[in-house]
Amino acid sequence: MKLKLITAVTAAMMAAAPAMADLTFSALSYRTGPYAANGIPFADGYQDYFTLMNERDGGIGGERINLVECETAYNTEKGVECYEATKGQGVLVYQPLSTGITYQLIPKATADDIPMHTMGYGRTSAKNGKVFSHIFNYPANYWDGASIAIKHILDVNNGDISGKKIALVYHNSAYGKEPIRTLEELAKKHGYELTLLAVDHPGQEQKSQWLQIRRERPDYVLMWGWGVMNSVAIQEAVNIRYPMENFIGIWWSGSENDVLPAGEGANGYKALTFHNLGSDYPLYADLQKYVKDAGKAAGAGDQMGTVLYNRGLYAAMLAVEAAKTAQGIHGTAQITPAMMRDGMEALEITEEKMAALGLPNFGPTFSVSCENHGGDGFGAVKQWDAAAGEWKMITDFFQSDQDVLNPLIEEDSAAYAAEANITPRCE
Amino acid sequence: MPEQLFFALEVILNGLMAGVLYALVALGFVLIYKASGIFNYSQGVMALFAAATLVGIMDGQVPFSHLINAIFGTNVHHFGWHIPALLGILLTMGVMVFLAWAVNRFVFKHLVNQEPIILFMATIGLAYFLEGLSDLMWGGQLKTLDVGLPQGMNATLDEVTFNLFGYGFFIDNLDIVASIVALILVVTLTLYSQYSKQGRALRAVADDHQAALSVGISLNFIWILVWSIAGFVALVAGIMWGAKSGVQFSLSLMALKALPVLMLGGFTSIPGAIVGGLIIGVGEKLFEFTLGGMMGGATENWFAYVLALIFLVFRPQGLFGEKIIERV
Repeated sequence: MKLKLITAVTAAMMAAAPAMADLTFSALSYRTGPYAANGIPFADGYQDYFTLMNERDGGIGGERINLVECETAYNTEKGVECYEATKGQGVLVYQPLSTGITYQLIPKATADDIPMHTMGYGRTSAKNGKVFSHIFNYPANYWDGASIAIKHILDVNNGDISGKKIALVYHNSAYGKEPIRTLEELAKKHGYELTLLAVDHPGQEQKSQWLQIRRERPDYVLMWGWGVMNSVAIQEAVNIRYPMENFIGIWWSGSENDVLPAGEGANGYKALTFHNLGSDYPLYADLQKYVKDAGKAAGAGDQMGTVLYNRGLYAAMLAVEAAKTAQGIHGTAQITPAMMRDGMEALEITEEKMAALGLPNFGPTFSVSCENHGGDGFGAVKQWDAAAGEWKMITDFFQSDQDVLNPLIEEDSAAYAAEANITPRCE
Repeated sequence: MPEQLFFALEVILNGLMAGVLYALVALGFVLIYKASGIFNYSQGVMALFAAATLVGIMDGQVPFSHLINAIFGTNVHHFGWHIPALLGILLTMGVMVFLAWAVNRFVFKHLVNQEPIILFMATIGLAYFLEGLSDLMWGGQLKTLDVGLPQGMNATLDEVTFNLFGYGFFIDNLDIVASIVALILVVTLTLYSQYSKQGRALRAVADDHQAALSVGISLNFIWILVWSIAGFVALVAGIMWGAKSGVQFSLSLMALKALPVLMLGGFTSIPGAIVGGLIIGVGEKLFEFTLGGMMGGATENWFAYVLALIFLVFRPQGLFGEKIIERV
């Protein structure tokens, strides 16, 4: 009897498990927890793109996509649990959407021969493919973000910011501290004075930091925040009447969620981005037809066109393009995680490719190589128009200061290689 | 006076205001603890739930719409109305009273005379349940809350102080409103518990459940009453904090700010919650101002607890808490 029961349970579990022929992607999402408001649109965009691929194209190269969603609540331990619980299902690539989870998974994913894509977050020096064989952070990383913000300030000031005061309001975590080194290096180069203002998780109370800003009146304020910290910071900036056009957030501090609570006062606030905005793209017509109208939209289906939805969409698009590249390289539609890694390493995003996908000028063009897993470091600046209730791009995509960043990346990745006993590859 | 001194005074003033906001959350804890001896871990989540319900009702959002649509294949999200803030607050209060009834009917009624740790564990379960319920009812997305509260710098104070001292003091209008509301709440609740019939019954229950029952006080009624008042306080706190940052999950983490206030002010004193809040608010802001820079900043979260611990060493029951003497 016991044997029969075990057999029946095993058979049921096998029937419930996804067909191994499917291409399995994971979504380590956070629809709950302190950062759910931001996790939901990203997860919806990510999921909807894969749904579109299945419904419109029949998957990738004829293989249907199986998306495995696991809730992390933006909690590092849960994220690692999700990884361990799903990796056996043949997940082609992980996108943890958390710098904390990324740091934990770097050695694990590398050992398991599974690639990981940390788009605009995670360990910056993972750009160095010679050391980080399985980690990719194209098209841009935090240090690119810091440099792009400073370049924009340089542009606004006719190339001279010596003597200017720039404050960094940052989330007191590994994520928030990422740009400090770069900003310090750039301060040496351009002669500005950097002030650091840490804000503890979750960032609901920032009065001290903004009183200091009110007193010291820095010429520019940069922000590396996430979740409620962003909206509170923007509200506090409005309260002290800080000029919003001089307040610039990283791409994780630039969603509708961050500016809407401050209402009209948030008008003029700037943020960086590595992808375009809105829903005015041919792909959206297909999303409407094959996903939303078909009742297959993720979540409540009300996030389409928002900043973080577009980011999820973009992340999924890059994953699909890498899978197609892998299929081309290996001559099989049924790729493995190791093959997917090869596809990511040979990924090339051109304007023609984005236009053909229905996303013209949606992101910067870039190519990935064995040495360079981070793309070319292009980003743009957008600005919040409170009256219209939308973000507007105010620059084209432009490149970060590679002369400053490349030595930093070399230095940091060399330290990691020594610590993890890694012999650089790509020779 | 040198500008540095003015800035220190400004920090103190803003610390006092921040303290009032912490005290608003702490008040809810005190009310329930006073009446039932339960440390209500779910008070922060109650604030989130109340604020999300208020926004949902005001915006005409269909509760459980995601679940309804998933089960029935429908596509309903909104009723298509937008109701005024005051009516929204009244309706939300109705929901909080219902919640108070449900909590007592389905949880605490079954736990009468259990050890305090069991009751505490039940509130932990309640917190996670309410978190999920809030998400399921109203969704986890950020909601903007506009009940017409003024926000931004108080221009009059800035102007007057600038004319007097050559240094314009900053105070957020929302903080001024919060202080007035907190003051009204404390006075009303203190008078209510001292002089009303229900208030006296509430104190009797707090002193001795058995004795209160023996003189005909309904434990059930008192607990529903006190959970309803705590629900109201949670709604007020949710409105104040939600107006600042939008209504989102992080509202529930406000409870972390209330704990040192309770440790300092005492778990059983309504004025203690306010005084504790003010001391914590000023203490953490002044510490950040004077020594925070040397320590890399972001000292407020942990320093609040250090301050509370220092007070605990000298006065374990808190500044205004009742001293418990047990004789052998």
